[in-house]
Amino acid sequence: MTPISRRGLLKTGAAAGVLAATGMPLKAQSRGGTLRLGLAGANTTDSWDGRTHSDSYMIMMAHGAVFDCLTEVAANGELVGELAESWEASADAKTWTFKLRTGVTFHNGKPFNADDVIASLNMHVEEGASSAAQPIVSSISEMTKLGDHEIQFVLANGNADFPFLLSDYHILMYPSDDIAGAIQNGIGTGLYKVDSFEPGVRVLLSRVEGHYKDGSAGWFDSVEAIAINDSSARMTALMTGQVDAVNRVDFQQEPLMRANPNINIFEVTGNQHFTFPMLTNLSPFENLEVRRALKHAINREEMVEKILQGHGAIGNDHPIGPANQYYASDLPQNAYDPDLARSILANAGLDGLSVDLSAANAAFPGAVDAALLYQASAAGAGIDINVVQEPDDGYWSNVWLKKPWCACYWSGRATEDWMFSTAYESGVPWNDTQWENARFQELLLTARAELDSSKRGEMYGEMQALMSAEGGTVVPMYANYVDAHSTALTNSGTVGNVFQMDSSRLVERWWFA
Amino acid sequence: MGSILRIILQRLALGVLTLIIVSLVIFAAVNALPGSFATAILGQAATPEAVAAMEQTLGLDKPAVTRYFSWLFAAVQGDFGTSLSQANFASFAGSVADTGVTVADTLAPRFRNTLFLAGLTALIAVPVAVTLGVLAALYRNSAFDRATNIFTLSSISSPEFFMAYVLILFLAVLNPWLPSLSNISDDMTLGERVRTSMLPALTLTLIVTAHMMRMTRAAIINLLASPYIEMARLKGMSPFRVIVKHALPNALAPIVNVIALNLAYLITGVVVIEVVFVYPGIGQLFVDSVKTRDIPVVQACCLIFAAAYILLNLLADVLSIISNPRLRHPK
Repeated sequence: MTPISRRGLLKTGAAAGVLAATGMPLKAQSRGGTLRLGLAGANTTDSWDGRTHSDSYMIMMAHGAVFDCLTEVAANGELVGELAESWEASADAKTWTFKLRTGVTFHNGKPFNADDVIASLNMHVEEGASSAAQPIVSSISEMTKLGDHEIQFVLANGNADFPFLLSDYHILMYPSDDIAGAIQNGIGTGLYKVDSFEPGVRVLLSRVEGHYKDGSAGWFDSVEAIAINDSSARMTALMTGQVDAVNRVDFQQEPLMRANPNINIFEVTGNQHFTFPMLTNLSPFENLEVRRALKHAINREEMVEKILQGHGAIGNDHPIGPANQYYASDLPQNAYDPDLARSILANAGLDGLSVDLSAANAAFPGAVDAALLYQASAAGAGIDINVVQEPDDGYWSNVWLKKPWCACYWSGRATEDWMFSTAYESGVPWNDTQWENARFQELLLTARAELDSSKRGEMYGEMQALMSAEGGTVVPMYANYVDAHSTALTNSGTVGNVFQMDSSRLVERWWFA
Repeated sequence: MGSILRIILQRLALGVLTLIIVSLVIFAAVNALPGSFATAILGQAATPEAVAAMEQTLGLDKPAVTRYFSWLFAAVQGDFGTSLSQANFASFAGSVADTGVTVADTLAPRFRNTLFLAGLTALIAVPVAVTLGVLAALYRNSAFDRATNIFTLSSISSPEFFMAYVLILFLAVLNPWLPSLSNISDDMTLGERVRTSMLPALTLTLIVTAHMMRMTRAAIINLLASPYIEMARLKGMSPFRVIVKHALPNALAPIVNVIALNLAYLITGVVVIEVVFVYPGIGQLFVDSVKTRDIPVVQACCLIFAAAYILLNLLADVLSIISNPRLRHPK
C-alpha cells in the first residue's frame, strides 16, 4: 500500500484515483432525465423504516433520496449540515446545540422543525423497537427544544463525534405528526418523493420542486430503481442499456464490462472489512502468542488477490479503514511469515497448534474459500486449522459470538469511536473477541470526549497499534466498493467512500452528461 | 354426465384434504429449519432481547401447534392473515394498528404476473408442441422428426438459466430486439407487457415444449398400429387426415395430462427464470419468504402451488373422460 496521509486520502487521494480510473471529463451539472438504477440488496421485507435498513437498496432509496439526516458526509469526506445548518459543542463535548435549516417542508406539506427531530430520534429508543442506531440515541440523556429551529442535546458522556453519528443512515428525519404514515408511504424531506413502492421489486421517485438543495444536488427529474439481486442479470441490464448504473459489480464479468466503451467501473476502498474474530476468553485464544502466531500465518495479499480478485486492500488486524478520519496508515504491517509464526509457537511451547475455524458464505462472499486459504497458508507455519463449514441459515445467531473462531464482516463505521464502541468496548453485545485491554478501554473513553483533533489522532493511532499487535481479531482485507455506470452519467469527480454508489448518494449527486 | 359430476366432487373433497396435509407438512418443515423470522430479519443484530421482543410482538412465542391451528382456523374462513414482515412494520411504526396489508394483498399482484407469464408461455408452447408432435408423428424417422427431437430434447436437458442466457445473448445483447429485464408493472399496456415478458416466455417455451411434443408424437404413433387406423388408410385417406381426424382425438387423454402437468410447472417452478429476468412473479416472493421464515406467506404460496396441481390434474382427468366415450358412458 502506498503511504497516504489521513485526511489527504479522502480529500485528494480517493478523488484522483477515481478520476484516473474512469478518465471521466468534468461537465457542468444539468437538470433532466430519468435515472434507471439496477440494484442488489432488495428484499420483499423492505420498508421506509430507517431503523430496519441494512442493505444497499433501501439505504440508497431512503437515506440517499427520499429522507434527510441532520448531517451529511460530503463526497470528500467532510462533515456538512443536511437538515442542520450549524452546531457547536461545550468544552467537555457533552452539550451540543444544533441550529436547524428553516423553510424546509416534508413531502406531505408539514414544515420541518425541532419537534420532528425529537420524535424521529425517539423512534430508536422506543420500547420494543429494534434499531441499529439505538446505542447512538440512547447516549443522549436530554433533548431540549430551544426554539422552532434550535435544539440542544445533553449527552451522558462527552462525545466529540456526535454530529458525525447523526449522519448515520438509520437516523432519518420523519414528520412528527404522522410517523406511521411516513414509514408506510415514504414521506421525508429529501429531493425525491415516492411515486410508487413495491418492496423487493421497484421504486419510482420524482423530483420535488423548490427544494433547499436546488442548485447543489438533485439533477434527475425522476428515478426508477429496479431490484435486481441476480448479479448476471444486473450486469446484463447495464450492458444492454436498460439501466444507467448498477451496484456490486460481478468480478467474473468485470473484464467484459471494462471492454465495453459505454460503461465505466468506479471503485473506492472504504471501511468495509472482513474479519476472523477469536473469542479471547476461550482456549487457546486467551494466549497472546497464539493470536500473534495466527496473525503471521495468514497470507493477506493472496486473499485480496483470490477472494476479492484484487478489488481490495490488505488489512492490519484493526477495524479502522481508509475512509476513517484517523486511519493509521503508518503502522507496522502484520505480514505473512510462517517461520516467525512457527518460532513464536515454539517459544511458547505450543508446537503443533490445532484450531477450528467456523465459516459460511453468509459471513462474507467467499468466506469458506478464505478460510481454506488460511488453512493452507497456516499449514506452512505448522498450524493445523480445521475449517468447519457452517450453514448460512442462522449463521449470525448460532455461530458468530458463539464459536471460538469464525468468519465475520463489518461494513465499518464513519468514526473510530463508533467502530470501537460497537464491537470492541468491553461489555457491548456485539463484542466478538471479548478482548480485555485496560489501556485500550481507557483510551477509548478519553478520546471520545477529546475535542482537540491532533490529540484524538494520537490516541486512535495508539489504539489501532494495540489492536493490531495484541487484539483478538484477524483482519485480512478491506473490500472495495465496486460499482458501474453508463457513460451517459457523470459526476463531480469526487466519489464518496463511506458506502457503495457514492456513499449511497448517487441519486442526489450525479447527472446526465 | 352424472358420474363426471360425482368424480369432480370427490376429487375436490380429496383436494381439500391434500391441501390441509400440504399446509401441515410445510408448517412443520419451515419450523424445523434453523433460525426464525426474528433472527432472519435482525441478522447480525439478533441479540436475544431483540429476538424475544420481536417474537412476542408477532405472537411467535406461542407453541407451534397453537399457531398452526389458529392459522388453519382463519384460513378456512378465507383469511390468510398478515405477512410477518408487514406485521413487523406495523409494530415498528409504534402503532398496533394493522397496516391493512394482508397476505392476499402481497400475493395477488405477484400471482397475477405469474399467471400472465404462464398464460403467455402456454399460448406459444402448446400449439407449437402439439403441431410439432403431429408433424413428427406424420414424418416419423425422417430428418425433420430427428431434428425436432434433437432440438427439443437438448433444450429441455440444458439448465433453465443456461437457455435464458443463450436467448439473452442472441435476442437482447447481439441483436437488441427484446429487453433482457422483464420487470413488468401495472401501468404497462398489454402490448408492452407481452414484449417485456417475451424473453422469459420463450425460454419457458423451450423448456416445456419437449415433454408435450414427445408425448403427442408417442401417443399418435402408438395408435397408428391400431386396426381402425389401418382401416382408415385402406379407405384411401391422406396420412395427414388419418392422424388429425382419427388418431389425434383418441390420443388426447395422455396429451392433455402432460399439458396440465407442464402448466402446473409454469405456475410453480419458474423461480430461476424469474431471477434471471427479474420478473416479479410469485416464485421470488416464495423464496424470499422461506429465507425470512415468513410462514403465512410461505403457507399461502404452497397452497396456491398445491391447488394449481390439484385443479389442473382434475381438469386433465375430466377432459380425458370427456374425450373418451368408453369412460363417458361406463357400463
